[in-house]
Amino acid sequence: MDEIYDVIIVGAGAAGLTAGIYSSRAKQKTLILNEGAIGGQMVLTHEIANYPGVESTQGYSLSNTMKKQAKSFGADIKSNAKIIAYHLEDTIKWVELEDGRTFKGKSVILAPGGRPRSLNIPGEDTFKGTGISYCATCDGEFFTNKEIVVVGGGNSALEEAVSLTKFATKITIVHQFDHFQAFEHAIKEAKENPKIEFVMESELRSFNGNGTLNSVDIEHLPTGKMTTKNIEGAFIFVGYSPNTHEFKNLINLNERNEFIVDSDLKTNIPGVFAAGDCIAKKYRQVTTAVADGTIASLSSSEYLRNLK
Amino acid sequence: MKRLQTEIHEIETASELEKLVAENENVMVCCGRMGPMCIPVYDTMEELESERSTIKFYSMAFDSPEAAPIRNAAMCKGFMGLPFTVYYKNGVMVQATSSIQNRSQITPILDQHFK
Repeated sequence: MDEIYDVIIVGAGAAGLTAGIYSSRAKQKTLILNEGAIGGQMVLTHEIANYPGVESTQGYSLSNTMKKQAKSFGADIKSNAKIIAYHLEDTIKWVELEDGRTFKGKSVILAPGGRPRSLNIPGEDTFKGTGISYCATCDGEFFTNKEIVVVGGGNSALEEAVSLTKFATKITIVHQFDHFQAFEHAIKEAKENPKIEFVMESELRSFNGNGTLNSVDIEHLPTGKMTTKNIEGAFIFVGYSPNTHEFKNLINLNERNEFIVDSDLKTNIPGVFAAGDCIAKKYRQVTTAVADGTIASLSSSEYLRNLK
Repeated sequence: MKRLQTEIHEIETASELEKLVAENENVMVCCGRMGPMCIPVYDTMEELESERSTIKFYSMAFDSPEAAPIRNAAMCKGFMGLPFTVYYKNGVMVQATSSIQNRSQITPILDQHFK
């Protein structure tokens, strides 16, 4: 007979790992299934200086500690687990993986997080790793003494552009609106940096090159005028989308494709909870994801108690 | 000195890399940092290590001067994204990839070169 977990947690970012810590410590048979990197977007953060109780740490370090904590309490963590089908309506819920494995559970906590948006324009796939990057901390030094573009207008785009000025000779920030959606201090720092220029109300239309990236085509949106800019690198920071597309016909989502949950993080399906960046909420921080993971696990525990 | 916090064995010197590649038929080395593009590759290798006993899986710190044989390899020319992941068959580098790779991108390379 197949093993039945008390709780299956989908996702191993801050929310999923926290739910895993709480559920496994409560002696529930806990499985964490993760498709991407353990730690989720937490590992994207070089330094975390505002996590209470920890003076300063690196994202991967905090994520590693959470993973070890969950494992130490008995949680079973499987990475590279691509789920192709969810069966969530019945009392015993189950998921099917791409490799043919199936897992059953009495409750499910969905914490699939989000993924960086890509531009989906010609040349983007071709030049990933040979001119296009999504991580300034990882790849900044490869662009030493080169001219680059940064695409985006939020905090990530502006802060990473400033950090890239350590390497690049000149940075052009291309943003689709006439204003930025970032904190004032981030905008001020970018505007005061002599290496940074701004191309507003514009979008990239293609990445061009032969083997390596050497230019981008940019459209000025109000006029439709196209220009080609010679550059050797591009960093893309255009936000995140919730990883909820596979739940569209299963669970109630809002217009931004975020899970609709109540204050106990219950979805519309009994025994199915959601936590972290994928739920409808205003603020997305490691601390809020940790809080969500805690609440989802406690709500799931209550649900399991009432099942008996 | 070990620099990477991964479950896979870390190569620390260029001579260790050279010996490893010379003594083993199939070797995969992920040369990176503890960053968001590198960690998923280490995680995948950790999983594959228990499934593919004929392949040696190792990590190496990109910032170590000892990693120069990988950083400067002809197959890695033009790479501008971490990690640099390299594959050796009978002592020869047969494939290299730049930036993040998932399991479904790595396994066809293993199947192609390490059958």
